Amino acid sequence: MPFRVELLWSDLLVWLLVAGVIGLVLYTRKRPHLSAPWVRVGASASGMAAATVLFFFVLTGLLDSVHYRSALPVQGGKPAWSTELHSLLDRALEPLRASREKTYSAPLATHLFAKETVVLPDGREDRLFPRLRHGGAHLADPQADRWADVAARAFRGFSLALLLWFVAAIGVAAMTARRTESGIEAAWREVWSGRTPLQWRAVLCALGAVLVVAGPVAALATHYHVLGTDKVGQDVLYQALKSVRTGLVIGTLATLVTLPFALVLGVMAGYFRGWIDDLIQYLYTTLSSIPGVLLIAAAVLMMQVYVENHQELFPSTEIRADVRLLALCVILGITSWTGLCRLLRGEVLKLRELEYVQAAQAFGVSHWRIMMRHLTPNVMHIVMIALVMDFSGLVLAEAVLSYIGVGVDPSMISFGTMINGARLEMAREPMVWWSLAAAFVFMLALVLAANLFADAVRDAFDPRLRAAGGRA
Amino acid sequence: MSAPLLSVDGLTTIIHGGGAPLRAVDGLSFSIAAGETFALVGESGCGKSMTALSIMRLLPDAGEITGGRVELQGEDLLALPESRMRDLRGHRVAMIFQEPGLSLNPVMTIGEQVAESVRRHTALRGAAADARVLELLDAVRMPDAQRRATEYPFQLSGGMKQRVMIAIALACDPALLIADEPTTALDVTVQAQVLDLLRELQQSRGMAMLLITHDLGVVAQVAQRVAVMYAGQIVETAPVDAFFASPAHPYASKLFASLPERAGRGHTLAAIPGSVPRLDRAFSGCRFAERCEVALPQCAGTLPQWHEVGQGRAVRCHLYGSDERGAMSDERKAESPASSRSSFITHHSSLLEVSDLKVWFPVRKGLFQRTVGHVRAVDGVSLSIAPGRTLGLVGESGCGKTTVGKGLLRLMEPTAGRVFVDGMDFLALSRGELRQRRRDVQIVFQDPYASLNPRVRIGDALEEGLLALGIGADAEWRQSHIDALLEEVGLTPDVKARYPHEFSGGQRQRIAIARALAVEPRLIVCDEPTSALDVSVQAQILNLLKRLQRERGLSYLFISHNMAVIEYMADEVAVMYLGRIVEQGLVDEVLRTPRHPYTQALLAAVPAADPQQQRRAIRLAGDLPSPLNPPQGCHFHPRCPVAMPQCRERFPAAKSWSSTQVAYCHRHE
Repeated sequence: MPFRVELLWSDLLVWLLVAGVIGLVLYTRKRPHLSAPWVRVGASASGMAAATVLFFFVLTGLLDSVHYRSALPVQGGKPAWSTELHSLLDRALEPLRASREKTYSAPLATHLFAKETVVLPDGREDRLFPRLRHGGAHLADPQADRWADVAARAFRGFSLALLLWFVAAIGVAAMTARRTESGIEAAWREVWSGRTPLQWRAVLCALGAVLVVAGPVAALATHYHVLGTDKVGQDVLYQALKSVRTGLVIGTLATLVTLPFALVLGVMAGYFRGWIDDLIQYLYTTLSSIPGVLLIAAAVLMMQVYVENHQELFPSTEIRADVRLLALCVILGITSWTGLCRLLRGEVLKLRELEYVQAAQAFGVSHWRIMMRHLTPNVMHIVMIALVMDFSGLVLAEAVLSYIGVGVDPSMISFGTMINGARLEMAREPMVWWSLAAAFVFMLALVLAANLFADAVRDAFDPRLRAAGGRA
Repeated sequence: MSAPLLSVDGLTTIIHGGGAPLRAVDGLSFSIAAGETFALVGESGCGKSMTALSIMRLLPDAGEITGGRVELQGEDLLALPESRMRDLRGHRVAMIFQEPGLSLNPVMTIGEQVAESVRRHTALRGAAADARVLELLDAVRMPDAQRRATEYPFQLSGGMKQRVMIAIALACDPALLIADEPTTALDVTVQAQVLDLLRELQQSRGMAMLLITHDLGVVAQVAQRVAVMYAGQIVETAPVDAFFASPAHPYASKLFASLPERAGRGHTLAAIPGSVPRLDRAFSGCRFAERCEVALPQCAGTLPQWHEVGQGRAVRCHLYGSDERGAMSDERKAESPASSRSSFITHHSSLLEVSDLKVWFPVRKGLFQRTVGHVRAVDGVSLSIAPGRTLGLVGESGCGKTTVGKGLLRLMEPTAGRVFVDGMDFLALSRGELRQRRRDVQIVFQDPYASLNPRVRIGDALEEGLLALGIGADAEWRQSHIDALLEEVGLTPDVKARYPHEFSGGQRQRIAIARALAVEPRLIVCDEPTSALDVSVQAQILNLLKRLQRERGLSYLFISHNMAVIEYMADEVAVMYLGRIVEQGLVDEVLRTPRHPYTQALLAAVPAADPQQQRRAIRLAGDLPSPLNPPQGCHFHPRCPVAMPQCRERFPAAKSWSSTQVAYCHRHE
């Protein structure tokens, strides 16, 4: 099927970020003093387990960041493109996306959650729970067959997951064997006792956990709504997976927006001191005393008005939602650079008195060059730590902001909109709990993995923690 | 000798790190008799502090005692449960550390901190405990103990804090006091006070002391027996007198030879080549073999055994094994005395001329940051240096000597005064002009670890000055220039691609010197360039600086607190006290016939590495006053043993003793 790839602004930034990370990895690999802390991250079991889980989240997010329009049937010689923008993730989850129900249905249900008046074949009307259009539609007698079918499919998924895991484990063992030039059995023992420099055991454990959950879910998802459906009948699992990208984009891009402010202003304040320092300090003290939510709400509403008045600039709903997402990143970034800036100022105040900076001054090296060459590289460990630590905070902030209605566009699926949509249904009897639970579990997994990874990064980069352990 | 108080037998401590475990202490055996002062001396990283911590069982988490016995009065300390060990620490064995500022809790008054130890280990409570605290503070000569007991650590100077630490250690009359570099962080005049105190306390209380130090001078003044440690092992033990008369182990004798005060001026110091071996490998022979000049063929392959050489001394060296005895000769390579001394005349037109330099730091207060006072770090300093000569600037910490160096380089903007470099007024230059003249004056810093950017490769660091000053036509010329420089300071050009963390302190200091030399300066400000280095490495660096001066006709402003180094390096010397120069002259005049009472006290306080040499008993009271609020008149009068009424009123005028020696003191007017 022909298609046309379309880059949204956030896609562009996400892929630029990926390119940047790859570039940094290549740069770091060749420099032992830069790669040393990453080697320490690799040696941390919790860090590597968290990184494995994060990897799957990032993979989901990246798949969701390649958008395309599929071709419509040719009419009048001119190729026409669909008005709907889909991502690779949508394509992979096509069965989930397409299998809409009428309204709420519980996880793994075969019938709708609410009674409806239906016209029976003999012409009578009755109020009953109608069969779902997709969930368990293949079953002749849902009451009798459902659980057996679910168990059989789950088992099939579980077996497939185990198989995949063994393939991965053998791959890891073979790789270790090649590196250590030993037999594959010895290599496996090495991996399994956790003696490899990179904690492959932790990676394999986390991979196992992810596969054991994902395998049965994937096997069931083709014929059931594993996490139920929401008010408009959309699959909740699909929503949760789509939310991952929104969370990741907010978490990473907003942090990136904070960086230039924090880095430039923090280093300048610390290096020049005097009135420049005073000015920058006043700036961030003032900014951090304005309630952040108010500022964000105001900015987002202004952005919304602007978008609505300039519809010609933003031709489709996807683009409008995307612009609003970016605006949210920017405003979140602008309101949250003060903490890092303060940290960097303090560190630079200390560094500028160091003797290599003074030696450079004695050579008449320009201020700009001293800041670029001698100060910035030496505060990068703080930046690194702040980056990964802020990430989870921003993911949570998005959820809160969307919940109160100043976050992402309501048409964009995110954890916040999921929670917002689910909150009224909590009061229903019987309760509709699955939307909230799905958002909660996914967000917990993402933020917990990010926090564990951040801890590992901080331990590896923080010179004080290292000094405490290593000093003779 | 009666049964020893403390006996250590085969103590082995390893430290687990990233790679192979470090054998920080490797089969150490020694014993201390009751009432004896035993010194453990060695260079940094040889395992002295680890020995002390192992005895106290206070090792860091990564450390582990893997073998040996430590017996205190017949009781095996390594077998005791931790709860018993806690009773013992501070009670029967007490310890004081190097950094008194870090050993005291900043939010408790010092009285409480002493009382804590009293209450922990004795039954004294309430008024009795308070009385005991005052008694202890008196015992360590804390002036005005009653009032001081209610003060917090930040109100006390470094010397005072160390006295408090000693008072805490003495709280229960321990049988053994372990002092880990107790005076290293202190100034020389304060160090003399603390050493006197330790010696007196040890004698009056019959307490044994394990003194850990790198300073042979301190050993000579305080200890009765000495053990020399090298790379985790003791290589020689001897009574102090015999040891200082003729050290037996080649390492010990080289240590002496590398002391600047023992070598004559104009002689090259006998530096020990290389550096201490890493302790994470196994040794098959003598650990010193690869640096030893008199190594025998078997030294590299066979572990040397202990050999008794009489008078209670023992050496771990093959030279004393069989018939090789006497192979040692104290050969000191006599460099041709074509020293820099005679080749230049004193009244040569000067390269650097500083007159009335003042560097004041404003003290700001209040909402609008009004200036309410000044810290007069440098308050009217005048000096001059002729081409090819060295001026030593000496003084205690906080006297402003580093600020002089930075002020004349305009790393700190001076408040007033003039600095002429080769006739050009350095302070009147605009920023652009200054940049051009920067190549004339360069600086070498104290801390070799802070003076190189850890993220910049050596080659790039050396090139930085050339690029900034626009020296050198093209990259090729610059690279060959850097190669030549590295070879000149004793490194190979292939270090260019490496990062600073791969180098030892001495190598880093060589790199820092090469960096300063890169722009071909005429004057180098050496700001304590060797005070962070071990004695043997210090000798290497001093030799290098001397050679460079000879070959390039460099001038040095050599800033140091170490009299011996100044004596070795400088042609002229200026003594600074609290922002002002109090005495100035040729090095021989000032050090042989000091005229100012401060210079005299300073010289008397230096512990000589010779137990025979009786020190003249000039003891300064108190500490350096604050430069924020210096005393009226002569700054030195509150501590001066011979102060007169007019000292309080005005700063004394210069009094010349020869064409070169000048002192500022009322007593000589």
